[in-house]
Amino acid sequence: MPRSDAQDTQDLFPAEPQAQESAIELKGSVFTLPVLRIRSNELEVIAAQLVKRLSKSPQFFVNAPIVVDLEAVRDTSAPLDFHRLVVVLRGQHLFPVGVQNGSPLQHEAAMAAGLAVLKGRAMKELPTITPLITSPPDSTGESIAAKVATECTDADPVPAPETAPSKHSAHAPNTKIVQQAVRSGQRVMARNGDLVVLAAVNAGAEIIAEGNIHVYAPLRGRALAGVSGDTQARIFCHQFEAELVAIAGNYRVFDDGPPKELRGKAVQVFLDGEQLIVAPLD
Amino acid sequence: MATIIVVTSGKGGVGKTTTSASVSTGLAKRGFKTAVIDFDVGLRNLDLVMGCERRVVYDFVNVIQNEALLKQALIRDKHCDNLFILPASQTRDKEALNKEGVGRVLDELRDSFDYIVCDSPAGIEQGALMALYFADEAFIVTNPEVSSVRDSDRILGILQARSKRAETGSTPIKEHLLVTRYSPRRVEAGEMLSLKDVQDLLGIPLIGVIPESEVVLQASNSGVPVIHFDQSPSGQAYDDVVARFLGESRPMRFLEPERKNFLRRLFGT
Repeated sequence: MPRSDAQDTQDLFPAEPQAQESAIELKGSVFTLPVLRIRSNELEVIAAQLVKRLSKSPQFFVNAPIVVDLEAVRDTSAPLDFHRLVVVLRGQHLFPVGVQNGSPLQHEAAMAAGLAVLKGRAMKELPTITPLITSPPDSTGESIAAKVATECTDADPVPAPETAPSKHSAHAPNTKIVQQAVRSGQRVMARNGDLVVLAAVNAGAEIIAEGNIHVYAPLRGRALAGVSGDTQARIFCHQFEAELVAIAGNYRVFDDGPPKELRGKAVQVFLDGEQLIVAPLD
Repeated sequence: MATIIVVTSGKGGVGKTTTSASVSTGLAKRGFKTAVIDFDVGLRNLDLVMGCERRVVYDFVNVIQNEALLKQALIRDKHCDNLFILPASQTRDKEALNKEGVGRVLDELRDSFDYIVCDSPAGIEQGALMALYFADEAFIVTNPEVSSVRDSDRILGILQARSKRAETGSTPIKEHLLVTRYSPRRVEAGEMLSLKDVQDLLGIPLIGVIPESEVVLQASNSGVPVIHFDQSPSGQAYDDVVARFLGESRPMRFLEPERKNFLRRLFGT
């Protein structure tokens, strides 16, 4: 029975039988990481603004592994000191693990500083994170955009049979269909497409999609759509009892459950500018 | 060829050992040769509840580590000829239980027994994982309250992903919901989740409801499984559970709050 591919760790190079106990195993896995997009090569400015930005959500990014996106500074001739950048970021308790979308020269310099070069793709402009329930949007221009992302660790796989063939190509979106209840503690992710769940998503469960999310059953757990930055993604569900919903990183929690007029109803969740709206479907 | 049943819950203190004792007794009373195994390494309880704590010479870990034969460790139940208990070790750590060893012991039991009941410890660590790994069927013991339901949901997810049947892609473990410590009066007062709430949240077939009762405490104190108390609602409810498990159709009982009618109140029964 095929398992959810988000949780699979596949053997990349299946080992030949060895005479002695193998000391290593090479596996593939999937991680979703926050991206720090820098728009300046002036490290002091970056450092100062980082301090301010991180102070707004201190717990969230502590010790987070992050990827530095260089697209905005890709064409500047001014060099970027990657060694110092790493020091600055580590000083803020961030762990830069790699860079993306830089120029070839920048990539070389990054590697020399011990950062990996990740395969990036052109990213859409992201809204700054403004959780609906806390402070109003920051009016001072920030040069940093960060995404909320969850790390896919090796949680128990959801053994749902996939009815749609998953091609894993960057261009053809595909839909992942889950027919069994998603239980507490489980996590299902649909890469590069929509997620359709035909049974309950229980409290303590998490469903994630780069595209839209449709739950034709009670949604009691957490649903995160458009996780790679698709602000047009939506969440649809039959029976709204969610703990948390998020679209392209903008999230909203429901401490005492959803408001009465929405509880248990069929709703859709979408982003209107920077506001996360939950609206009844009928 | 025995059927292996795991009695599990995730949450502690909901009635797994009580259930393991009564269900295995119920099966044995009906003529099936039954073994009940305590998978809680370090905090052994099943032997107390079965009333055989003074007869433990060798335990599960001794057998796994080839320090004793299975037949030396198995204790014959004093109430039921067909029932045998394999107690847990109190002095070893959880690492002593491993797939290979547990599998070997179960294989040995499988040939001569009809049912093997695995009493799981609470939690989702090694003992619980070993107890569920080889199961064919599962009793998910749940109290009608939110944290128990959450933990039962969690353990269901684990059962569906981490059992041998899941790993090899065979027919999944057959799941049965057993609601224990049910108090109709408290459900009516809104203090407890209703049966329907629990069923809606967990979405697995219900095999029975065991009412809350002082008899359960009495039973474990005296080392006599509740099912032997056949005048008490809990004992009868366990008997219903075993009957349903074996295919009999029995209506659910003890779901309504007891309403004393005038005569009963007059005569104080």
